[in-house]
Amino acid sequence: MTAFGLVFSNIHDKSIPELTRRRTMASVPFGCRYRLIDFTLSNMVNAEISKVGVIVHNNYQSLLDHLGNGKDWDLARRSGGIKVLPPFITAFDSLAASQLYTTRLQALMGVLSFIQHCTEEYAVLSDCDVICNLDIKDVLKKHEASGADITFVTKKEFLTEDKAQTRTFYETKDGRITQVYSQPKHMSGEFDVSLNVFVMKTKLLYDILVDAMSRDLKSFSLDIIAKHVDDMNFAIYEHNDFYATVGSMEEYFECNMKLLDKDVREALFSVPDRAIYTKVRNSAPTQYANTANVKNSLIADGCEIEGTVENCIIFRGAKVSKNAVVKNCILMQDAYVGKNAKLNCVITDKNVVIKDDRELSGHPTIPFYLNKGVTV
Amino acid sequence: MFKKKECVAMLLAGGQGSRLYALTEKVAKPAVSFGGKYRIIDFPLSNCVNSGIDTVGVLTQYQPLVLNEYIGNGQPWDLDRTYGGVKILPPYQGKKKADWYSGTANAIYQNMNFINRYNPEYVLILSGDHIYQMQYDAMLAYHKQMNADCTIAVIDVPIEEASRFGIMSADEEGKIFKFAEKPKNPDSTLASMGIYIFNRDKLEKYLEDDENDPNSSKDFGKNIIPAMLAAGERMYAYPFSGYWKDVGTIDSLWEANMDLLRDDCTLSLSNKQRRVFSRTNAEPPQFIGEGAKVANSLVTEGCEIYGTVENSVLFGGVIVENGAHVKDSVVMSGVVVKKGATVDYSIIDSGATIGAGASVGKDKASAKGITVIGADLDIAAGTVVEDGAMVNDAYYEENLKGGNR
Repeated sequence: MTAFGLVFSNIHDKSIPELTRRRTMASVPFGCRYRLIDFTLSNMVNAEISKVGVIVHNNYQSLLDHLGNGKDWDLARRSGGIKVLPPFITAFDSLAASQLYTTRLQALMGVLSFIQHCTEEYAVLSDCDVICNLDIKDVLKKHEASGADITFVTKKEFLTEDKAQTRTFYETKDGRITQVYSQPKHMSGEFDVSLNVFVMKTKLLYDILVDAMSRDLKSFSLDIIAKHVDDMNFAIYEHNDFYATVGSMEEYFECNMKLLDKDVREALFSVPDRAIYTKVRNSAPTQYANTANVKNSLIADGCEIEGTVENCIIFRGAKVSKNAVVKNCILMQDAYVGKNAKLNCVITDKNVVIKDDRELSGHPTIPFYLNKGVTV
Repeated sequence: MFKKKECVAMLLAGGQGSRLYALTEKVAKPAVSFGGKYRIIDFPLSNCVNSGIDTVGVLTQYQPLVLNEYIGNGQPWDLDRTYGGVKILPPYQGKKKADWYSGTANAIYQNMNFINRYNPEYVLILSGDHIYQMQYDAMLAYHKQMNADCTIAVIDVPIEEASRFGIMSADEEGKIFKFAEKPKNPDSTLASMGIYIFNRDKLEKYLEDDENDPNSSKDFGKNIIPAMLAAGERMYAYPFSGYWKDVGTIDSLWEANMDLLRDDCTLSLSNKQRRVFSRTNAEPPQFIGEGAKVANSLVTEGCEIYGTVENSVLFGGVIVENGAHVKDSVVMSGVVVKKGATVDYSIIDSGATIGAGASVGKDKASAKGITVIGADLDIAAGTVVEDGAMVNDAYYEENLKGGNR
């Protein structure tokens, strides 16, 4: 069984505009040393997928920088490997320039020629913000055995009205999808929530896209899946382990903090033979001074800790000076926190400088966010 | 097809490092772990890369498996190149004879064909025994400026230690007029660092002459350098001042690790312009638990700390459980220190387990010496490992397997 992967890197950019102003959703930093796309890429690589197309749309410089030639995921291959698929705009089609895709279906139409040239039997499609350690090999195996047309990976989850508005979920009967809901208003309850990872035969994907193009369809969930629940077999594959995604800034904060839970870390990072890979930065080990007082925190390499750190996620190269107190914060790469500064529920983007004696505080429901490179 | 290179580096990595005892039973000395995420060989390799030298031959002999695996295709050091890059050079069977490397000079002699493929003007000879950061390109510039045949990097050592080294006497200009290997009464404090730049043609000539001398011990310090000096070749001393440490003994390896914890340490692992590169596993960030205390220590990816860690260097994936106490120690990758165990003034090699309540070593002030636990050994719960013990496989079988005997 052979398969190739396709990743949507700009999908859901709008759900955390602060973090995606200058980057794709795929390259949003997460969990001290990762970018969101690392999970999906690693899941694919761990399922022996060696060709992955990454569909990009805009703001993708930081993503290109992160991916490089793909060698950190063992995707620097002579044949296959990582293929970045930028929007295709011809000089002769003046309309096209202003018509970058807005939906998943349009994104797929844009890479039709890539799909056409894939000789792998199966296609694995995934969003970039799927934070989980997923056994895609098993998904493919079950898909093949079930004879379904498309298999969607789901997780049973209770959705509040707020969350339901940012998710796609299904009603199912005996493992088969009977009803599709895409970001509905005023719904709540327990559903099979889509992880936005799905597999199908490459041939079927191609046929669906050609058909959709000829009929100018817009939405994969609504125009294709919802329309065909009766005449096609859409199966679900339940993922029972940890899964999180980033539907809002509050959720971003929350799912980072979940990493402080040992069970969550084990479900993500300690699965035998399924490591999560990321770009190697060759930082020195983290240095804890005599004055350091660190509790319940996840810390990357290359940091210098002199002050107090509690319940925090600290990225590579951050420095917390003497007598500074940092609680419930996410400090991204190369943050600098000066002496006696006090931070609570703050998210600092890359290269933020907090001067001596500053005091800043947010709240877990509305963390205080500091833009890339600002000095406070 | 080979592209011409101005300078090719040859890294002598065959050393057994027998004075590191348990730590080098299964790996060659250059593959010994250092500083939380490095191996000794990362330093000369990174120096090469940071000095623009992209062709490095690594001469291996003793226990090469781990070293070969570690270097692999050279990708972590950016030495996976179409032309040049890093190449492992083990001893080989020739048409006329098959030989192990019988000395440092012989090792290079046997690989002159590797060097000559790149047609270099200069050959840089390095060893995999030291921790230091050095600009070989600056040394090469000096070599050219002095129009030298051979340049030897030297460092000022205290006079009382000088008799441990090869000692150079040089004039004001840096020209060497005398060389003495481990002299009883040194008349200079300029010690050879074992780093040489040769003009290739001279190197080839003297290696050949040396090879034909049946009485030679085929060593750079003992034979090649004295022979060149005697023949009146232009030999210069290139002064180096910075951190440089031989980590060939248990004590010096421990000290070098501890040096990294000092505020005044001149070795900089965090200089972004001159990074030290290493091959790392994909490990999650380090986690410091609720009841943990971490002070004056280096901790790296994959560690989970729930106990107390003081004045120590922890490598990737080390777990220190609740109530465990690690002090003044070097704990290598994947070691688990279970609940209530203590590790004091020790070096624990990778993959070892210290059982619950076990005690390894003793307070630095009263200990007989550094305690060493070999790789992958399982110290049973409650076991007491005597201070200064060198726990290798044999010692373990006899005294510690399943607990104290």
